[in-house]
Amino acid sequence: MDIDVRIPDSSRAAAADFGDGSGVSVMAGGTIMMNLLNSYRAQPSKVLLLHKAGLSYVNQDGSTVTIGATTPLADLAGLPAPLGPCAANIGDPAIRGQGTVGGNLCAIASEEFPVGDLQGALLALGATVRSTGEGGERTEGLAEFLSSGGSRLLLEVSFQLPAAGAFEALRRPHTKHFTPLAVSGALASDGEVRLAATGAASTGVRLSSAEAAANDPSEAGQAALEDVTLADDALASAWYRGRTLPTLVERVLTQLKEQA
Amino acid sequence: MRIEVNGAGHNVTSPPLASLLTVLREEMDVTSVKAGCESGGCGACTVLIDGQPRRSCLTPVVTAVGSEVTTVEGLGTPDSPSAIQQSFIHHYAMQCGFCTPGLVVAATAYVNGGGSDDLDSVAEAISGHVCRCTGYNKILEAVAAAVKSSEFDLSSTAVDKNTVVIKTGGAV
Ligand SMILES: Cc1cc2nc3c(=O)[nH]c(=O)nc-3n(C[C@H](O)[C@H](O)[C@H](O)COP(=O)(O)OP(=O)(O)OC[C@H]3O[C@@H](n4cnc5c(N)ncnc54)[C@H](O)[C@@H]3O)c2cc1C
Ligand code: FES
Ligand code: FES
Repeated sequence: MDIDVRIPDSSRAAAADFGDGSGVSVMAGGTIMMNLLNSYRAQPSKVLLLHKAGLSYVNQDGSTVTIGATTPLADLAGLPAPLGPCAANIGDPAIRGQGTVGGNLCAIASEEFPVGDLQGALLALGATVRSTGEGGERTEGLAEFLSSGGSRLLLEVSFQLPAAGAFEALRRPHTKHFTPLAVSGALASDGEVRLAATGAASTGVRLSSAEAAANDPSEAGQAALEDVTLADDALASAWYRGRTLPTLVERVLTQLKEQA
Repeated sequence: MRIEVNGAGHNVTSPPLASLLTVLREEMDVTSVKAGCESGGCGACTVLIDGQPRRSCLTPVVTAVGSEVTTVEGLGTPDSPSAIQQSFIHHYAMQCGFCTPGLVVAATAYVNGGGSDDLDSVAEAISGHVCRCTGYNKILEAVAAAVKSSEFDLSSTAVDKNTVVIKTGGAV
C-alpha cells in the first residue's frame, strides 16, 4: 500500500495535516523513524515530514530562549549548560546534524532502552512545550507533555536562561543510541535548583529528593537513588548506574555552587 | 522526484520514504555507499548532503531533493585520489575497506569544516563509524595528517600503483 506522504511548507500547514493526530506518523530528522521503516517495525499509512515546515530556529528574547521543533541538535551546541553540552554529547556529527529537538523529546521509550537525552536538560531548565493536536494548540510544562503519551505535534520549546547550569554524563567511547546515564542541573534566577537524569530510567526524571538535599552535594547524590528505578540494559547494569548516579549528581551540584 | 548525486541528476523511481542508501545502491549502482547496519549505528553508509555528513540509511530520499549528494565517487578517482584519500592510503588507514568510503566522506567534511588535528577531536568526528579491522589508530593518524596538510606533502607521497590497488565499481 502506498504511504500518504505530506510535506507541509509552514507550521500552520503542518498543524492542519496533523489534525488530531489519529493515523498520522510524524517524521522530523528520521534518525529513529527511518530505522523503524527500514526494518518494517513501523508500517504507517500517513507520514508527515517536517523538514520544510519552517520549525527550525533558536530565538532569544531577553532571557527567554525558544527553540523550534525541527531545529537540528547541532544548532544547540553553543547554548549554555546544561542544554548545550547535553546536545553536543548526543550521537556523532551526522546524527546531530540530522536529529531534531522535537524528535529527541518525542522519541518513544521502548522496552529495550531509554531515549531522549534532551529531556533531562530541558526538565532541569523547567522548559515549556507548545504543541498542537486534539483540542488545538496548547502550552504546558515538559513533564506534563511527556506524560501525556506523545500523541501531539510538538511545535516549539521555551525556557528561561538559568543563573547557573551543569551537565555530566558517563563517558562513551563510541556513538550509542542513548547516553547510559547523564545528570543535568540548573539554578533558576529565583534560586530554585532543578536536577534531572536521563538514561537512568526509560524517560527523563526529575530528581526531587536530590533537589531537596541540594545544599550538601554528597548527601544529594545518595538521595538521588530514591528518585529513580534504575534501568538494567546492555550499555550499563542497574548496579553500575546505581554506583555512578550519586557521583554525577555530586559533580553537577558542585559545579552549580562554583558558578553561583 | 529528481536528486543530484556527484554532480549528475537522477530520476528516482523508488517511493519517497525509501532510504537514500537504497536509491544510491539499487537504482544508481553507487556501491561505495555500504549497507552495514541500516539502522544508523555503523556509519558505513555516510554521504555528504550539501557538504555535511549524513547517514544515507536514515535519510528518506525525498528529503534529499534540492540538495547536492556527494559520495567518494565524487571526491576522487583511482588515478587522482583526493588529499584525504591519499592520506588514508599513505597511512594504511584501511584493511578490508568496508568502512572506508563512509570514513573518507566524514573526514572530508571534518577537514573542510576546519577541524583540528587534535586526536580527541578527530575521534569525536568519526565516533559514529565502526571499523572492525584497523583498530582506528591509523584512521585517526590519516585524518590528523590531512588536517596538517602543510606537513603532509602530497607530492612526496605519490602512491605506487603497483603495490596499492584501489578497486572501484562492482557491487560489494
Ligand atoms: C547512531 C545513533 C546515535 C544516537 N545517539 C543518541 C544519543 O546519544 N542521545 C539521544 O538522546 N538520542 C540518540 N539517538 C537517537 C536520535 O537520533 C535522537 O534522539 C534524535 O534527536 C531524534 O530526532 P529525529 O528528528 O531524528 O527523530 P525522528 O526519527 O524524526 O522522530 C522520532 C520520534 O519522534 C516523533 N516526532 C518527531 N518530531 C516530532 C514532533 N515535532 N512532534 C511530535 N512527535 C515528533 C516521531 O513520530 C518519532 O516517533 C541516536 C540515534 C542513532 C541512530
Ligand atoms: S548502514 Fe547506515 S549507519 Fe550503518
Ligand atoms: S577496514 Fe575493514 S571495517 Fe574498517
